[in-house]
This record gives sequence, structure tokens and C-alpha cells, in this order.
Amino acid sequence: MRRIFYAIALCLGTVMAAQAQELQAILQTHADEIAKPSRKTVDVALEDLIASGLPRVPGFLEAWVGKSVWQRDDGQFFIGSADGDQIALRDVDTGAESVADKSAFKQLKPNGGVRRVIGTALVQFQLSDDNLERRTTAVASIARRPAADQLAPLLASIDGEPDPVLKTRKIQLANFLSARFADSPEERITAINSLAKDTSVEARSVLNQILQTRAGVATSEPDGNLARLLDPMQAPDAFYSQLVEAGFAPARTGPAVIRAALEANITEGRVGGVPLAQLSTDTARERAYAALAREGLAAPLVTTQTRDHALGEYLFYELYDEPNAEITAAAEAALASVEQRVAFAQAADLALDGLSLASIYFLAAIGLAITFGVMGVINMAHGEFIMMGAYTGYVVQTFIPDYTVSILVALPLAFAITFGAGVTMERLVIRHLYHRPLETLLATFGISIALQQLAKNIFGTQARPLTSPDWLDGAWVISDVIAISYIRIAIFVLALIFLALILFVLKRTRLGLEVRAVTQNPGMAASMGINPDRINMLTFGLGSGIAGIAGVAIGLYAKVTSEMGADYIVQSFMTVVVGGVGNVWGTLAGASMIGFLQKGIEWLNPSNTLAAQTYMILFIILFIQFRPKGIVALKGRAAAD
Amino acid sequence: MRKSFLSENPSVLWFIAALGLFTLVITLLSEATGAGLISTSFVKTLGKTLCLCLIAIAMDVVWGYCGILSLGHFAFFGIGGYAIGMWLMYARTEGIVLESLSGQTIPPTPQEISDAIGNQIFGVVGSSEFPLIWAFADSLFLQLLMVVLVPGLLALVFGWLAFRSRVTGVYLSILTQAMTLALSLYLFQNDSGLRGNNGLSGLQNIPGFEGTPQSTIAIVFFLISATALGAGYVFFAWIVSGKMGSVIKGIRDNEARVRFLGYHVESYKLFVFTITAVISGIAGALYYPQAGIINPGEIAPIASIYLAVWVAIGGRGRLYGAVIGAAFVSLLSSWFTGGGAPDINLGFYIIQWTDWWLVLLGLSFVAVTLLFPKGIGGLFDYLVRKQP
Repeated sequence: MRRIFYAIALCLGTVMAAQAQELQAILQTHADEIAKPSRKTVDVALEDLIASGLPRVPGFLEAWVGKSVWQRDDGQFFIGSADGDQIALRDVDTGAESVADKSAFKQLKPNGGVRRVIGTALVQFQLSDDNLERRTTAVASIARRPAADQLAPLLASIDGEPDPVLKTRKIQLANFLSARFADSPEERITAINSLAKDTSVEARSVLNQILQTRAGVATSEPDGNLARLLDPMQAPDAFYSQLVEAGFAPARTGPAVIRAALEANITEGRVGGVPLAQLSTDTARERAYAALAREGLAAPLVTTQTRDHALGEYLFYELYDEPNAEITAAAEAALASVEQRVAFAQAADLALDGLSLASIYFLAAIGLAITFGVMGVINMAHGEFIMMGAYTGYVVQTFIPDYTVSILVALPLAFAITFGAGVTMERLVIRHLYHRPLETLLATFGISIALQQLAKNIFGTQARPLTSPDWLDGAWVISDVIAISYIRIAIFVLALIFLALILFVLKRTRLGLEVRAVTQNPGMAASMGINPDRINMLTFGLGSGIAGIAGVAIGLYAKVTSEMGADYIVQSFMTVVVGGVGNVWGTLAGASMIGFLQKGIEWLNPSNTLAAQTYMILFIILFIQFRPKGIVALKGRAAAD
Repeated sequence: MRKSFLSENPSVLWFIAALGLFTLVITLLSEATGAGLISTSFVKTLGKTLCLCLIAIAMDVVWGYCGILSLGHFAFFGIGGYAIGMWLMYARTEGIVLESLSGQTIPPTPQEISDAIGNQIFGVVGSSEFPLIWAFADSLFLQLLMVVLVPGLLALVFGWLAFRSRVTGVYLSILTQAMTLALSLYLFQNDSGLRGNNGLSGLQNIPGFEGTPQSTIAIVFFLISATALGAGYVFFAWIVSGKMGSVIKGIRDNEARVRFLGYHVESYKLFVFTITAVISGIAGALYYPQAGIINPGEIAPIASIYLAVWVAIGGRGRLYGAVIGAAFVSLLSSWFTGGGAPDINLGFYIIQWTDWWLVLLGLSFVAVTLLFPKGIGGLFDYLVRKQP
């Protein structure tokens, strides 16, 4: 087989002038198979065609698949295309073109199965085609439907491949094929061993294909490559039904069967001698059924003991489809090593997920870290500021169709709007409640539900889309296991920028100095010429404005609804409290802990994100018992209540 | 003791008298026992409102008197509802299943009965097995015990952990909010054993009283709720009076000073937190048979915040204030959202109260906290001071 393909490669490499009529001659020898092909007979014709090594064979095969081969009354084949009553013909060997009357020609219409067979044969030629796109398609089609006969042409085409990316891919694919289909066990084992470092889904599926097993049951150990013996007692009912299917044991008489049999055999208010009224327990029913079985009115009773006894008499096993034990052993080892690598990769992926969740929590909470953490104001409407920012992004997008521009406009606009809203709220409400923190909670909660309902009245209840620009679509794929979407990366970067910005404002600017002064001791700050009223107003505005920008970011990642703020508010408060109040680093620590923890718990129980949230909150409640001041607790004078 | 307790709280007698009069009037006007001027559904609304008043008093004691702003007391209310709901649902389904199985030729086995009930109850969440927490669902007595024990134990453990590590003020509020959030998220899962977001339903059908008309059941529950509210009022009035009441109020005003006086502040707080949780559970157990359905959405954090708002609007630190606040806001709310209030046509826009009621309510919270910190109850002070 392989030698033939090397021959083809040679033929294709050296363009040789074929003798005229040669292809037509081969076609004529197989005229019947070609004119009326079936999946079984077409192979013969194809083999001869390929073996001829003629350069026009691929073109003919393509035409055949494309239903543009026509046969003349005298049996000659042409490539042609019908045009009304006329037909434009091309000679299969010379390529000479002519026009003829259509009535003398018959179109060849191979069925789907035949076309697939021809297609497979064609792949061998396409692999060495001059056109890169066609070569790529051919490789992809092999990857989709790997078969033994593709290995040789694939190997043959590797050396001549000019494109480096495709060449790597070909080598990889050839490796996959060798692992499954190579002639000698040594070659296969070498290929399998080389797969041990490949974490791609394809490589794993190749190994799993090699390791495919079939289950069986017998009285003694079976011949063949035994994968493992199974312990039937782990799932006795399932194994027993396997016995029943194999015809080794009578069917199980479950409660439903017993019941049906009893109902069918009632005579004079009794079944098998037991009065009906007594049949309200399983033991009484079994007794009645056993009586019926003795009379031959029902199948024999199979109790749990009979079942277990029957299971003990048989061996349940799994056999590898692959007969060679060395190969399966190598594949098992390779798979184990791959799975270990996959587990590491999954851990890395999980860490990335945790990181992006942490940055979302951080963004949602960082505004709160300022208003609640630094100023001590409980702003229950903080979530609604996030929502306002997201809706700002949505409204801007309805006016500016270019998504990149609209996001760039929306970010500062969202800041401006929520800054304004925050300052207004501080002036009208919060200013009067600085000494009554619990009442601030109630008043801002009132504002929160009013804003939420207002948004519902304006924008309706259904979710509004906030579409991200094209360059944020897609994901950064590191391997088949590790991938992260660009939006998440953008949110992470945004979170980093905010962290830097806020640290800069608080630690390096006059405003930040005054904020810290007013927070620590308003009276002393006022006597130094700082206006605490103004500072409080600005600080609150800053915290609210950041919530607005966070809203745009979160809106890109989740849907924009009037309730989106409420989803984040409790999480955000917990983030700030867990991290440690009054400290931006604390918020970062809190967000990281909550984000990673939630992803970690989700990983342990992947089907259930609700449970993950529940356990995380429980963990936080417990955590606060042991570190009431949070992860990063302030010390010294700054910590004074 | 009794004499001094009543003289210290003259409002108790007034309240009991008013409640008695109110109950009498409603009973006489209801469909089941009197003139039929009040519909059964309104009797149910009033009965539910009385239960809300009961939990509002509990909230007032824990917040208005002891200074612990718990944003999780509705969780205890919900637990009480779930506990009684489990029995109601089990017993009713058992009745239905037994009836449908009795038509068969062969009497059913206990296993078959249990399977059929399980299928009926848990079919909606794709299961038919009874979870462990339903172990006592067949016994009314044990489930009633659960109404008291589960909220009590949860509050005891949570409170012990929180007060022991001196979590106070807004931190405690956030922590209690986290507790109720965790509970509602847990119950939202389908495998929580309590039918996920479907909750428990059909609770208005009381097993054993299938033949009794709903109007009678409604008035009976109304009377039980009124009795519970009266008893709760007297009980809490007793708690917050006398020496213990002084200590509790002292903790609210200055926790550190009370501690320095030698009182074990944590024990007092834990006692108040737990006992109010138990009463909340009882209120819930009376509420949900009248509401007919309970689902995890009921104990979302927002419900507990509403509870605090009722108390704030009614007037903190006075028990009748809590009752007034809860009754006023919840009845007004059902009037507005039920389409009772006429729409206002502004010419260019029609204000529909179903849409705008929450905006109005939210803004009125702000107004009350800013302008009337004493709430509606503060008006009474004003009147009492006016009349010498």
C-alpha cells in the first residue's frame, strides 16, 4: 500500500507527459463500475486509477464527485457541463474542448456513499495540491474522519509541505493516525508514547479510541486482551440485567412484576391462597407470588438472594477492542500522563477564571470600598449606580453605532452621570445622616428601590444588550484546556487600572490627603482649613462615579437589567467587609479571596453554582467570626471606630 | 411583678383592647360567621397582616430595643413557614394518594404509598425520594416543634458566633443579610429537598378539614393570628420592661458601658436574638397557610430590609409603632399594587400605581428617615403631650 503512494508522490512531483488516451483506456476497462458505481465495486476502479499515477486522475475524480462526468453512447467518458440542449465537453486525457448535442450523453450521478469513497481517495491528491487552502481542507477532512488508508498519503505529503503551520499539523495528525493504524506494533507504541505530552482533545480521543472496550459476561476467563474484571456487587441490578440479556438468568421479578402477576391471578378474593387484605406487605406478596410460581402461573421468583447467587457464578469483564496488550498498556500509560497534564492545565484555567471573577467583584466593590470603607456610609443604592452606568452604556450605543467609539464615550459619561447622582444624593440625604449609620442604610435602600423601579418603568423588564466591540470578541486560547475571553482580560486590566488610579488619588494627591484627614478626624481636619463638607461630597461622588464605570464593564460581560445592581450589592459589601474596611488593598484581597473561593467550590461541584454561592457565604460568615476586622485590618489610630 | 409591668406599659391594655375590638368587628362582618360584608380574601389579607405585625414586633425588640439591626429575621419567618408547609403538603398528599390507591384490588404496601407521595411532591424537581429533612413530615406535633426549634437553633448558633467575636453595627447587619441570602440561594437549588424554586404549594388546604369552606378556615386562622399577636405583644412588653428591659435598652444606647457595669452583654443579646427568631418562626408558620404558597424568593434579603423599613416607618422603640408600621405599609402596598388606587392622568403621561408605587414607597423611606425619625408612632407622643 505505502509503496504505491510513494509512487504517486513521485509521479506528481515529476510532471510527466502521459501518453494520450491512457486514462480513457483505464476508464474503459472499468466502464461498468464507473458508469454504475456502488460502494463495494468502486474500490477496484479507484485502485487502478490511482495506481496509474496519471496527473489527470485527480481532476477526473473531482469532476466525478461533482457529477460532471458524462458517458457517450459508445461508452467514452468526458468531463462536461450541460448548457440547454448542448453540452460543453473536455477530453479526459488531452483536455481538448468541444461542443456536442446533449442527447448522445448520459450524466454519471454517483450516490452519497460512493462520493464519500471517491472523496477519501481524492484527499490523497489534495494533500499535495499547490493551493494551500485545498491542502488545509484535505487535512481537516482527515482529522474529521480518520481512516487507516489515509496514513500513507499523509506521511508521503509531509516532506513536500512548504507551509510550516500546516506541516506541524500534518505531523501531529500523522502521529494520531500512526497511533491507531500503523502496521507494526513498535511504530504504534512510539506514536502513542509521543501523545503522552499532548493535552489536546484530539489526542485524548485518539487514546480513548485505542482503549475502547466492550463488556461481556462468561463463566470462565475469556480469550483476548482483557481490560479488567468487574465486581458485580457494586451495581448488582445493572449487572443482573446484563445476565438476563445474555440469556444466562431469568428476568428479575421486581415489585411491579409481582404486583401485576398477583392482580392477574385473583381467585375468590385470594391469590395463591393468601387473602387479598393481607397483601399489604412485600413479604406477604412474595409468599403469594411464590405460590403462583409453584403452580406454573408465573415466572420463578427471583429474590435478592437468587440474584446475588447468580451474579457470583459469572465473571463480568471488559475486553479491549485492540488485541495487542502492549499497545493498550502503552495507551493506558499515555492517557494517565495526559490526564495528569490536563489536570494541571485545568487548575491553571481555574485560576484564570478565579482571577477574572475576582476582578469583577473588585470592580463592583471598589466604589463601595471608598464610600463604605473610607467614609463609613452604607450605600445600599451602590448597586443601582452600577446599573445606571450600564444603562448609560446601553443608551450611548443606541446613538453611536460604532461599538468602539461608543464604549470610549460611555466610560467617561457613565462616570459623570453617577458622579452627579452620588453628589446629589450626598447633598440631599446622606449629609444629614452621618451620625446615624443604620438609618443611612434605610434611606439609601429607599433610594435603591425607587431607582430600580424607575429603571424598570423607563427601560422595561427585559434585559438590554450592551455589545462589546469586535476586538473584544473571542478568546485567548492557550491550549484546548486553557482559554480566557478577551472581555475578561479587559475587565482584569480595567480593575488593575482602577486599583492604581485609586491608590494614586488617595496616597499622592491633595484630595486624597484631605480625604484621609477628614476620615480620621473631621474636627481636626476642619481646624486645619479643610472643608469636610466639600471633601465628603467629592469622596462620595468619586465612589459613585467608579461604580458607574464598573457598570459599563459588568454590562459588557453580563446582561443589563434593572435588577443587576441588586445582584452585586450583597457580594460587594461582603467583599469590603472580608477584605477589611478602610483599605483599598483589603478590597483587593477580599475580592481575590471570594473570587477564587467561589470558582474553587464550583470546581468541586461543577453542576451547581447556587450551591457554590451558598457555601461561599457560609464560609465568609465563619471567616468574619475569626477575623472580624477583615483580611487587612487597620492598626493604630486609623483603626479607631 | 405583674402589676408593675402593666403600669410600666399602659399601651399593652390599650393594644389588647383595640386588637380585641378589631377582631370582633372583622369576625362579625366576615362571610363565615356574620354579615358577609368582608370577603374571604380580605380576611386572609388581614390575617396575614397580623402575622407580619407579629414579626414586626420581634424586629422592633431586636432592633428598636436592643440595637441589633438584623437584616435576616425574615429567614426565620420563612423557616417557620417551610416547617409547617412540609406537614401540610405531606399530610394532604398522603390523603390524596391513599384515596387513589384504595381503588386497587390489592392493598398498597407502605413502600408503595411512600413512593407515590414522593412522586407527587418531588415530581416537579425530577425526584421521588424523600430527603432526610422530611423525616418528621408525617407528624404535626414534630413539625410544630420544628417551627420553634429550627429558627431558635439557627439563631442561637449564628448569634453565638457573631456576638462572641463582637461583630456589631453595620457588620452584623451585613452578616445577617449574608445568612438570609445563603439560605435562599440554598433553597433555590432543586436538590435542596424542598422543591427548589417551586417551593411548597397548596398550603391553604388544611388536611382533615377538606369539607370545611375556605371562609371558615380563613376566619379561624385570622383569630389564631390575632391571638398570637396579642400574646406576642404581651410577651415582648414583659421582656422589655423591668430590669432586663433596662439592660437591653442600655445595650442599645451604650454597649461598652453596660459591659463595664458587669453585665454579660453577649448573653442578653443572644437571648433577644434567639427569642425574636422563635417568634418570627411562629409568625411564619401562621402566615404561610393563609398565603397558600411559600418559595425561596420570600426569604430573599430584600424581605428582611422591608421588615426593618416597616419598623422604622411605624416608629422604633415602641411596640405599637412596629404594629402600625407593618399594618400600614403592607396594607397600603397591597392596595396600590392590587390596582386599588386610581391611575392619575397627567395629560401627557398616565401614572399607573402598579408601576410607580415602589418609587413612591422608596422616596417615602427617605422622607421618614430624614424628617420623622420617630416614625408614625411619634405622632402619638405629639398628641399625648398636647393633652395635659
